[in-house]
Amino acid sequence: MEQFFQQLLNGLAVGGIYALVALGYTMVYGVLKLINFAHGDLFTIGAYLGLTLLISCNIAGMLPPAAAVLAVFVMVGCLVAILGVILERAAYRPLRDAGRLSAVVSALGASIFFQNAIMLIYGARYYVYPDFLRPNFTVHLLGVAVPGVRLLVIGTSVGLMLLLWAFIHRTRIGAAVRAVAIDPDAARLMGINVDAVISLVFLVGPALGGVAGLMVGIYYGQVDFTMGWMYGLKAFTAAILGGIGNIPGAMLGGMLLGLLESLSAAYVAMAWKDAIAFLVLILILIARPTGILGERTAEKL
Amino acid sequence: MSLLAVREMTKAFGGLMAVNDLSFEVEQGSIVGMIGPNGAGKTTVFNCITGNYVPEAGDIEFDGRPIKGVRPHRIVELGIARTFQTIRLFGRLTVLENVLAGRHCRMKAGLLACMFHGRAMQREEREAVRRCMEELEFLGLADRRGEAAGGLSYGNQRLLEIARALATEPKLLILDEPAGGMNAQETDALIEVIRAIRARGVTILLIEHDMRLVMQVSERLVVLENGSLIAEGTPEHVRRHPAVIEAYLGSSDGRW
Amino acid sequence: MNRRVFAIALGIAICLLPLVSNAYWTDVCVSIGIYALLALSLNVILGQAGIFHMGHAAFFAVGAYVTGVCNTIQHIPILWLMPVSGLAAAVFAYLVARPIIHLRGDYLLVVTIGIVEIVRIALLNDLFGLTGGSNGTFGIARPEFLGFRIVKGIHFYYLVWGMVGATLLLFHGLWRSRFGRALNCIKEDDIASECCGIDVSGYKLAAFVLGAFWAGMAGTVYAAKMTTIAPESFNFMESVIVFAVVILSGGSQLGVLVSTFLFIGLPELLREFASARMLLFGLAMMGMMIWRPQGLLPPLARRYGGGLKSAAPDAMKDGPP
Repeated sequence: MEQFFQQLLNGLAVGGIYALVALGYTMVYGVLKLINFAHGDLFTIGAYLGLTLLISCNIAGMLPPAAAVLAVFVMVGCLVAILGVILERAAYRPLRDAGRLSAVVSALGASIFFQNAIMLIYGARYYVYPDFLRPNFTVHLLGVAVPGVRLLVIGTSVGLMLLLWAFIHRTRIGAAVRAVAIDPDAARLMGINVDAVISLVFLVGPALGGVAGLMVGIYYGQVDFTMGWMYGLKAFTAAILGGIGNIPGAMLGGMLLGLLESLSAAYVAMAWKDAIAFLVLILILIARPTGILGERTAEKL
Repeated sequence: MSLLAVREMTKAFGGLMAVNDLSFEVEQGSIVGMIGPNGAGKTTVFNCITGNYVPEAGDIEFDGRPIKGVRPHRIVELGIARTFQTIRLFGRLTVLENVLAGRHCRMKAGLLACMFHGRAMQREEREAVRRCMEELEFLGLADRRGEAAGGLSYGNQRLLEIARALATEPKLLILDEPAGGMNAQETDALIEVIRAIRARGVTILLIEHDMRLVMQVSERLVVLENGSLIAEGTPEHVRRHPAVIEAYLGSSDGRW
Repeated sequence: MNRRVFAIALGIAICLLPLVSNAYWTDVCVSIGIYALLALSLNVILGQAGIFHMGHAAFFAVGAYVTGVCNTIQHIPILWLMPVSGLAAAVFAYLVARPIIHLRGDYLLVVTIGIVEIVRIALLNDLFGLTGGSNGTFGIARPEFLGFRIVKGIHFYYLVWGMVGATLLLFHGLWRSRFGRALNCIKEDDIASECCGIDVSGYKLAAFVLGAFWAGMAGTVYAAKMTTIAPESFNFMESVIVFAVVILSGGSQLGVLVSTFLFIGLPELLREFASARMLLFGLAMMGMMIWRPQGLLPPLARRYGGGLKSAAPDAMKDGPP
């Protein structure tokens, strides 16, 4: 029972990270109908930038620990967001009117570019994350000792998701984002600056992804330049699972995928956990062709 | 005898009853018009007949056999062809290829024959092209055969949809607002086309808002409101039917 | 440039190349040929039918492993295994594609990615104890043809490019038939296709099975050439490259060939940049799509006999962007 509870919390932590990354996929998909395959690498860049800020820039030495963590989170978010906007300008905007798959190939190229850029800058080895930021307290929940970092990861990701939800549903700018997602042409006619909305999405999505990368660094204590590939694929899977383009769907899909992986790694077989995750995805899509929360749009004739 | 019989058909979307307990028949060789205010469920009826939707209740019988739940391409093979309210041509294929797509279901060449281009396959291809060119000539589009379908004028696109449907050799042709977007001359030409199609022995069921066209070509009318049949009969009869007058004048739409 | 002249020149160049090139470049061209087989078969699925399929490496893997396992355990000759492997990949494709063929666009894309990953993980975990886990299967024999053993690079070169030539002819025939037209209609508008009598899921499935059959045969050639196969040769990245080749090609078979040379040959040319070559490769991928968003050589319009030469629709015409 204790093991189950631990796995459950671990699943929620991993799921929260997947959900944050998945939000980047789903928001971009919502406005551009594009799968931003480079998003997973923006996530990796977030993890590495955090490393640089912590070690080379010695943020932790200048500020008290809590403030240092906060500062690193904000700086990583901002830097990755800037990169996201540059990516959109360079790789996707020229292809906006071309076929959808042309932009997908450009995204795949961008992904290869980023991954190799990280490798060239940092070297092809894994890095150990400094552990002085890792909160090392434990919390006793229902008689089980839970590592504090696990709860913090869950808390941070849920908090960010709530913030995003409020932003999308409670602000005028959020309404513009939703309008563009539903119909970009109509939104333009209604006076919404569609390009600005797209840029905004490429600010927010990558910022969340970069922060998620940082969280993985702190949570697992280790990063490597290829990790974005698998995390990106998983997060994209999560977005599809929930119904791509749907923000609550990405959150739900991420959490579900995290739980599924954590439990299947513990109770079925570690080596098969990725395969099980994909298998469940396929089964769910067979039953619900547009994901769990995706709209079931009957094609209009 | 009747070629098509719809019996007590019901189709709902969520809580909305799009078609409610509808029954009507289409006689072999006739031209039947279906009219009613916007949102009356006319296109839904068509989509149920062509297999795009499966009604929740009721039966559809075509040429003596039940077709409810049969997949759309099989229904085309059985002899029902359609056009769309919003034109759905293969815009980047040529005019001729659009018609050839309709001919597809009457061709037999299998995968291997298609790869190896045997004699029989080549003969079948030539025959199909010849047959499709006849349809294009019938609709006056023969000299446009090599153009991209998406580049045709609106009226010609509607005609091309009819050509594509005719290439399937239908017994029943279903036209969903064939005059939509056409000017007066084009509509007049369309009336002639519809009569000529019937003269070939094809039964026609059409939805149209252009009352001049409907009244001129239809022998019988079926009037729908809120998914239910409110009147049925000759144009003369329907025109004077109180429920019909109420439906049209009473609705905000009121296109008559 | 006149496409026919270019095609003939390319054909002659391919025929003569190994006579003038060294062993290294002949080997590179063998692998270009194998990728060309994969890309031509994916072109039927992705380019012609417009099905978002990013998992072609899965079918390639099934073919290669069926060859590897049957050859090393049962010692069945390689050339016999070619149709067997093709068939195995086709049956596998049928079984996995059948329940998912109705999925739309990106949902299908992620499912096909999932299939590649499941296949790779299954191979890695030594499924049925036959695949050899992460080490893979080794000691695969060379093909023999009427007593002639295909061993050297140049032998493989002509085997592979002979297959590419046959594939070009057969798939060109397919393109010029009701089958090819049906796939194009489905790509344009699947609902309209269904409503004018085309069995949409049947044809989509047929495209999948046919493409998988070819990928399976390509797997046989790959296994025989390498003599060792391991799960990492069939990862998602392989699928991505074949996918990108097809999208860059624009959809014509000539385009697929040119695009394959660019994609597979380019990293070889970039070898002198050592560790930066994949970085440049990624940049080139973006650059090429931005340079030609519609692809290198979109298909020309089909011609119909009896003076019915059908002109190219504007969207498909070859010309400067």
